[in-house]
Amino acid sequence: MSDPFDVQDVHVAAPDPRETPWRRIWRDYSASPLAVAVLAVLLAIIGLAVSAPWISPQNPYDLMQLDIMEGLLPPGSVAETTGYTYYLGTDDQGRDMLSAILHGLRISLWVGVVSALCAVAIGATLGLFAAYRGGRTESMIMRLVDLQLSFPTILVALMILAFLGKGVGNVILALIIVEWATYARTARGTALVEARREYIEAANCLGVPLHRIIFRHLLPNCMTPLIVIGTVQIARAITLEATLSFLGLGVPVTEPSLGLLISNGYQYMFSGQYWLSFYPGIALLVTIVAINLVGDRLRDVFNPKGQV
Amino acid sequence: MVLWLVSRILQALLVMLVMTVIVFVGVNVVGDPVTILIPPDASAEERIRVIQAFGLDRPLWEQYAEFLRGILRGDLGRSYVYNQPALQVILQRMPATLELAFAAILLSVIIGIPLGLYAGLRPDSLLSKFFMAGSVLGFSLPTFWIGLMLIMLFSVHLGWLPASGRGETVEMLGMRWSFFTANGLAHLALPALNLSLFKIALVMRLTRAGVREVLPQDYIRYARARGLSERRVIYVHVLKNIMIPVVTIIGLEFGSVIAFSVVTETIFAWPGMGKLIIDSINVLDRPVMVAYLMMIVLIFVCINLLVDLVYTLLDPRVRLSSGRKG
Repeated sequence: MSDPFDVQDVHVAAPDPRETPWRRIWRDYSASPLAVAVLAVLLAIIGLAVSAPWISPQNPYDLMQLDIMEGLLPPGSVAETTGYTYYLGTDDQGRDMLSAILHGLRISLWVGVVSALCAVAIGATLGLFAAYRGGRTESMIMRLVDLQLSFPTILVALMILAFLGKGVGNVILALIIVEWATYARTARGTALVEARREYIEAANCLGVPLHRIIFRHLLPNCMTPLIVIGTVQIARAITLEATLSFLGLGVPVTEPSLGLLISNGYQYMFSGQYWLSFYPGIALLVTIVAINLVGDRLRDVFNPKGQV
Repeated sequence: MVLWLVSRILQALLVMLVMTVIVFVGVNVVGDPVTILIPPDASAEERIRVIQAFGLDRPLWEQYAEFLRGILRGDLGRSYVYNQPALQVILQRMPATLELAFAAILLSVIIGIPLGLYAGLRPDSLLSKFFMAGSVLGFSLPTFWIGLMLIMLFSVHLGWLPASGRGETVEMLGMRWSFFTANGLAHLALPALNLSLFKIALVMRLTRAGVREVLPQDYIRYARARGLSERRVIYVHVLKNIMIPVVTIIGLEFGSVIAFSVVTETIFAWPGMGKLIIDSINVLDRPVMVAYLMMIVLIFVCINLLVDLVYTLLDPRVRLSSGRKG
């Protein structure tokens, strides 16, 4: 007696139960050795940034540890008193550039990641809400998004910081304000399709509350483009922060990010002391390029068809 | 069409109005003007006198109305630093920024289009791959960092080009231009290159994508079948068809060139609007800040209006819906 809907048939068709979405993503991602190498570089950078206070040879903000007599030493110089080698040279105050870069990296990454997370939370919520509600709510939110995106991010951020003044918190706030619109547009674009699907209709009929529909039903189905955009936007946030700090409007002198380190070394470049600006710049560059490459690979993994 | 245009212009005016509110709130509520106007060691009577002189004791909406009236008259206050009307200070700096922006756009076209054409026609050649990889870097590297590297290489190391200032200028049509002197051009070279790198990458990718799209089309095959020379096929049939999107995007990007000139001008000490605003923020020259912001908003509202108009003219489908789709 054979039942066509026998349970065993289902088992044959079902995917490997161990194959969670994360495993599948990792399998696709790791198909490219270059992408794995880039990810390793990125993880190493994050590791260095997080552990900066413990691994950097010197505390760059502790003035007691600085020796002004050892200012502007070229890379590879050996300190006379301690015998320590300044692998990347020192700045005008005798600060070890390697330590300064590790701490700067920490601030740059922190600003980029925190602002991106807050912006994605605000932007995605508004975008999903707009797509789900439609009508006047949608057009109001999207008009605001259009308006915001029609001005270059750097000018908006400049304007906000001109009013608020310097500070890590202010920079993060400015970045959130300029970034949320991108996420809102992405989230709404994806959710427009999802919101018309049957499962949302079903949830509506069951009387599932609004916040539950948005965060438990819509959001998980709109995650992939948000992850891709989010990765790239972190790189953009770090770049923007570095630019603002370079212009002297970003982080304060007491908490120098990579951008501020580059800015501080700028004046010494003309007299040939290139290492003050050059090495923080390389650190910034490697970070941005690594994040962008990981983002590119994620885009390929999530969307194997639509290549531009 | 007329109705559409009127509604777009009304929207643009509304945006301007909203921006005046934001700028006003930003200057008068978020940043306290009293602390900017009055030295910290001023006496209490002095404080009250200044507050009354600037009308800061009146209700906010009255101050806003006064601010708005000033804008309509073109009166945005006097710069504390230059002791001239703020608007005049901005307008004096504008030609330098415009010149830089146009030079950058010119560079992006004369470098970007040939490279993109080459990469599109020979997608598998090593040189094309090199160009494309370069364009990815052009997109992801921060402008200011590239600027520093340009200075390091061309000014400090090789000593070929000057790294700061505008050089000699020639008076023409009531404005000063550095386009027409050798010294001026030398000063213009690095900032313009710096500002254009991002756009070169963009134009190159657009051109390449356009060429890839146009090449397999029937009319290209037909042109070849007619025995036209490869030169003619490429320069007339291919290039002509990809120019519309490229030109549109270049126009669109003009605003972003103006925005990024803030960075470039600061690095190369180019005496334009961008350097002015950074200097003004650093010394808290509030009238100049406000005037700059209003000027930028005006420029962008105009650009956006123009872009919408061009889109409508190029693509009649857009005309059907009265507003822009998000």
